[in-house]
Amino acid sequence: MSGSSPRLFLRHNALPLLAAAIFALMFGLYLALQPNGIRTDVLVTAANKGVLLALIASAQTLPVLTGGIDLSVGAIVVLCNCLASTLLSGTPTQIAFGVAATLCGGLAAGMVNALAVVVGRLQPIIATLATSTMFYGVSLLLRPNPGGDIDDDFASALTGAVGGVPVSLLLLLAIVLLLWLPFRRSLTGRGLYAVGSSEASAYMSGVKVARAKACAYVGAGLLSGFAGLLLTLVAESAQASAIQAGDLTLNSIAAVVIGGTSLFGGVGGIVGSILGAFILRTIGDLLFVLSAPPLWQPMFQGLILLGAVSFSALPTLRARNRLETYR
Amino acid sequence: MSEAAAGDQLPPLLTLSGIVKRYGQTVALADGALRCEAGTIHAVMGENGAGKSTLIKIISGVVSPTEGEMRLDGRPVRFKGPGDAQAQGIVCVFQELSLLPDLSVADNICITAPPRRFGLIDRAAQIAQARRLLALVGCEAIDPRERVRDLPLSRRQMVEIAKALGRKPRLLILDEATSALTADDVARVVTLLKRLRREGMAILYISHRMHEIRELADRCSVFANGRHVQTFEAGARSEDEIVRMMIGRELSQMFPPKPALPPGGAPVLETRDLAWETRLRGISLSVAPGEILGLGGLDGQGQREFLLALFGCLSGVTGEIRIDGVPSEFASPRQAMGEPQRLALIPEDRKTEGLMLPMTVAENITAATLSRWRRGPLLNNAAEREAVDEIVRRMQIKAVVDLPVSTLSGGNQQKVAIGKWLLAGPRVMLLCDPTRGIDVGTKQEIYRLLRELAAAGTAILLYTTDYDELIGVCDRVAIFYAGRITRLLTGDGITEAAIIAGALDIGADQKEQAA
Repeated sequence: MSGSSPRLFLRHNALPLLAAAIFALMFGLYLALQPNGIRTDVLVTAANKGVLLALIASAQTLPVLTGGIDLSVGAIVVLCNCLASTLLSGTPTQIAFGVAATLCGGLAAGMVNALAVVVGRLQPIIATLATSTMFYGVSLLLRPNPGGDIDDDFASALTGAVGGVPVSLLLLLAIVLLLWLPFRRSLTGRGLYAVGSSEASAYMSGVKVARAKACAYVGAGLLSGFAGLLLTLVAESAQASAIQAGDLTLNSIAAVVIGGTSLFGGVGGIVGSILGAFILRTIGDLLFVLSAPPLWQPMFQGLILLGAVSFSALPTLRARNRLETYR
Repeated sequence: MSEAAAGDQLPPLLTLSGIVKRYGQTVALADGALRCEAGTIHAVMGENGAGKSTLIKIISGVVSPTEGEMRLDGRPVRFKGPGDAQAQGIVCVFQELSLLPDLSVADNICITAPPRRFGLIDRAAQIAQARRLLALVGCEAIDPRERVRDLPLSRRQMVEIAKALGRKPRLLILDEATSALTADDVARVVTLLKRLRREGMAILYISHRMHEIRELADRCSVFANGRHVQTFEAGARSEDEIVRMMIGRELSQMFPPKPALPPGGAPVLETRDLAWETRLRGISLSVAPGEILGLGGLDGQGQREFLLALFGCLSGVTGEIRIDGVPSEFASPRQAMGEPQRLALIPEDRKTEGLMLPMTVAENITAATLSRWRRGPLLNNAAEREAVDEIVRRMQIKAVVDLPVSTLSGGNQQKVAIGKWLLAGPRVMLLCDPTRGIDVGTKQEIYRLLRELAAAGTAILLYTTDYDELIGVCDRVAIFYAGRITRLLTGDGITEAAIIAGALDIGADQKEQAA
């Protein structure tokens, strides 16, 4: 960061830094308690699950930054999962085409959302709830019955490890470095934050408001497409499941909040959401290695989630001016 | 310079003629006309609701006129939006700040066209550019990496001006841009504007402050009731004539007379060594029933925090607050407004803290006294409506009470914000800059109301950045400096010289009250 000032950096990034510390702590504990020791396959399994949610949380972050929300990210993942399950086989060319088509599917779904929110001026929460059901409907048409035909070599290559490092983690890193960081420093990226911070002021400042918002939903579609692709490769099958779609969406919102992105928009970023996603995933693994009674696990998971989310309320507790609590 | 000299041959930078703007049935602007030339400062005056804001919005591309013609450099133009107007060199510093609170100062200043390298925003260059522009407006002390949210209002206003200059305007519009500024900053802005005029910029200056207009303007245009009344060279009309044009009636006297004898009696509210964080460093004051106590000094010296502390908005306040001599503590506004003290606070920002904008005028007026209009578990509409009508009449609020308060002009909105607390019958009224950005007529009504309330026994604490108000309205004035009170002025001792000396904490001939 150019022109760095440690004081301001700490103040502006307190929540993501806190999330990083919590994740390090939890994952360290998990590795220590892990009965099989630290082995590559343990890391790969953890990484694949974590990266899947991290991608969906990243997708969710973009609309949330504009002060909106995308309730359809889970459904887009399922849609792309069903799409990929019919395309990822055959010759390398055919597989490459399948990958591109899957990502385009995500993009197209994002465009539908952008159209509804930006052109249709519908409220994001209700617009994406509606499109979410649409996307689920399309998934059902694509794959009425669970299953899929996925090239084994391709799947294991992308869900394995290279030199001890999980490939999925490398893909996530590439997305952050090659897509997110440059985007954040682009005019449209700045517009995203501006719109979330105060849409009226952004408009009055000549910021391209419509473009920024549209970009958020289309970007969310694309990142959900990546997630759908990964899900297909990990599961090597697909199922048009509304329950799974809903689950993924809700977890993505939780991860975004844990990562320090404000649901009011304008503050936060994808890096925090990725940490949030990893925290969320580790909770389950941790309960497992601690051999918590299975019937109690969901309740514990909820409790820990509540605890993690309340960290994002910490700055409000510190406010000495009570008015700030209500802003 | 050559452009300004050849002004006669060149068409004027911007001309407007016969501009009409209707919103449904309402006519916001009936006949707008204006002519802006390079190298001149053109003042636009008029009461709130006179059509100035609409005119500005049309010029800066925020709204499109219903009828009429706008010419830029002699050619007809029609702006598609603020971005379009800015691209043509028309930049506006809005009264409602157009800053993005979550972004840094540098991000805000460079929002539309940040310096880029390889297509990406170049942070270092951006910070350098922000530093340069902040220096231009004399605000080197602002760190460009700071978030705008963390800056006080007066600093934000300066950032807003710096941001406007960064767009290299040909026509700069300042809409009440000085209303939140300290006297120091105003002086800086005045110097800056004079320099920009020399460099050939056209400036449109909207202000309610007559002395700023007297100092700056080359030409003045007066608007009233949505119409352009007159344009004249600066100095061609007396101030009385101008005010008559603006309000269509004589401005008998700005301030109501003060009582001959200062109000005495036991203080209703006292503070001893009130302190909070670094902003309040031991404030000891008392205010008697019927007294108007002014809080003066530069902006941000703790006056605001003092009022917030009294109203239970701050936690961790040390020292003592006494009501009728009894030590009291308020943990929330709800406690502060309770019996027996019945405090009321008219907050600084009426749009976020004073009013609930989407709710109706009536709902806003009864918001602080809801429990009174209850019958069983439900609200008693008849009683509520009666109370609302009473306040509307008393405050002379010009509005349909069932419309959202957001549809009202600034002056009427402020009347609603004050009327809400009038209904509560406060014993102590705290006001935080209640006349900011409000027209002369409404200001006068507010002054008269404050004096009436005082005559009926209300104790009033008034924080204002306007020296004339401190002198004209207040019985005593406490000057704040860095969280302390440096001077306590009374009676004839309340002079501009004494206020300024106290505000800058110079010539400490009177002993410091706070130890």
